Amino acid sequence: MATAAATISSANLRRPNPFTIYLKEARYEFLKCLRVPMYSVSTIAMPIMFYVLFGLVMGRQMIGSVSATAYLIPAYGTFGVMGASLFGTAATLASERSMGWLQMKRASPMPPFAYFFAKIVMSMTFSTIDVMLLLLLGFTFGGVHLPAIVATKLALTLIAGSIPFCAMGLAIGYFAGPTSAPAVINLFYLPMSFCSGLWMPLMFLPKFIQHLAVFLPPYHLSQLAFRLIGAGNGQPNLGHWEALAGFTMICLGIAWVGHLRDQKANG
Amino acid sequence: MSISQVLPISRRQISIPQPVARLEAVSKSYGNVQALVNFTFDVRAGELVALLGPNGAGKTTAIKLLLGLARPTTGRVSVFGGDPASVATHTRVGAMMQVGRVPETLRVGEHIDLFSSYYPNPLPMAETLAIAGIENLRDRRFGLLSGGQKQRVLFALAICGNPDLFFLDEPTVGLDVEGRHMLWDEIRKLLALGKTIVLTTHYLEEADALANRIAVINKGSIIAQGTPSEIKSRTSGKKIRCVTQLGIPVIKNLADVLDVQAERDAMVIHTRNAENSLRALLSLDREVSGIEVTSAGLEEAFLALTRDRN
Repeated sequence: MATAAATISSANLRRPNPFTIYLKEARYEFLKCLRVPMYSVSTIAMPIMFYVLFGLVMGRQMIGSVSATAYLIPAYGTFGVMGASLFGTAATLASERSMGWLQMKRASPMPPFAYFFAKIVMSMTFSTIDVMLLLLLGFTFGGVHLPAIVATKLALTLIAGSIPFCAMGLAIGYFAGPTSAPAVINLFYLPMSFCSGLWMPLMFLPKFIQHLAVFLPPYHLSQLAFRLIGAGNGQPNLGHWEALAGFTMICLGIAWVGHLRDQKANG
Repeated sequence: MSISQVLPISRRQISIPQPVARLEAVSKSYGNVQALVNFTFDVRAGELVALLGPNGAGKTTAIKLLLGLARPTTGRVSVFGGDPASVATHTRVGAMMQVGRVPETLRVGEHIDLFSSYYPNPLPMAETLAIAGIENLRDRRFGLLSGGQKQRVLFALAICGNPDLFFLDEPTVGLDVEGRHMLWDEIRKLLALGKTIVLTTHYLEEADALANRIAVINKGSIIAQGTPSEIKSRTSGKKIRCVTQLGIPVIKNLADVLDVQAERDAMVIHTRNAENSLRALLSLDREVSGIEVTSAGLEEAFLALTRDRN
């Protein structure tokens, strides 16, 4: 009965376990997005479809020293992770922010970071599904052979690569409106993917794009992944990690400015 | 404070010397717009206080300040003697806000499960559903609900944590008459449990049906405060509409007339006492036609209240 609960004095209020809240928040964020076909189907289907068309169907030529089917796992893996993370954070944040739902959450005792934590975990989960499906297709139909340790490192690198794009998604989500968000995301997502060599190896792209690529985060993530299978530009990993870390910080900074701007506008 | 107001506190073994929530000389401006002006307001334990006012009067701003979603430009806001924005305060507060859209693909039960997990002593799910009257909606996706059902789910989210203090921002907006009365019953149940409730509304009828105390707000200030009967007695004027040859200055001097306005070919007379004013009017002008007498609405009530103040 509610009356029984009401007799508990404020002194012995126990706090709910924050760990439980974070997990529950993440689980429901995942369910929420899984049930939106626009998100769940397109973030999984797009990279898989590209891989089937350009990797499995188009034939078995070599790109540098590796087969196209192997080469395209890091490439479309990066593409998939980027899509899952950008749409998973920016699109949901933009809509929840503008419709008052974020405000409703802020009025509740939800730990403030649980909200963002949930979006990141959700994005990483979809990223994991993408990467696993690509590896599975590569192993079964693409004739790709990778030692287990390499495959594991490849998967973990790509999944960790979700974080910079979640940060970028938050930055976009705080400035884009609910209806414009998907368009704004695509304006970044598709050109960045192309210019980073995710659709077509960089060596086949014009020189100026090759110079531009070093400024793009998907380029750095894909290079980390390429290196694991013996492809890529062969530059040391540290620079790529640094570039991604720096990009993450810049995006979080922009997101923070957007957050403060919202706070000010609302109160 | 009367004994009845103190009782629910001692029953809950919490001793709070000050009111449960307080706005102290608060001003709040958004750019050039003054939403609240030197606003002082207390919420006492166990009462249901209604903030009554038209759209844009500052009701929602007051609620946002009490929820810590907005900071006052000047003045002080405290809830349970502490910072209204802190998580500790929020665990004792439930809020029903005007939300444009709630994630639509989650089921009602899932939304409640998540919100319940934020609180230290939430109600059992079955009880939350029962109080909000939505037992049969547990497995329904939010996006598939009707407007009234959505409103009840938002109410369920406000109560599921079993907090001591509720902020209900226009809880019955968009509901039909039946839905409104059902939600009123649910709000009364909370009050019976000794909860404290702050409710905003622009329906005088709603404030009258529920509140122990009404604060009438207009343009960011409290213009009247008291029990529903006190407020009503100050606003129980009538409106007479008629066609007459008498001029405005003459009508103004008739018995009990508060205000006169010409509306096309007719006169609209606000009066404290329709019978007295009509008798006077008829004795001066036997040709009066098209007489309509209606109760003064909230709009007239505000006019009357602001005039009282000036």
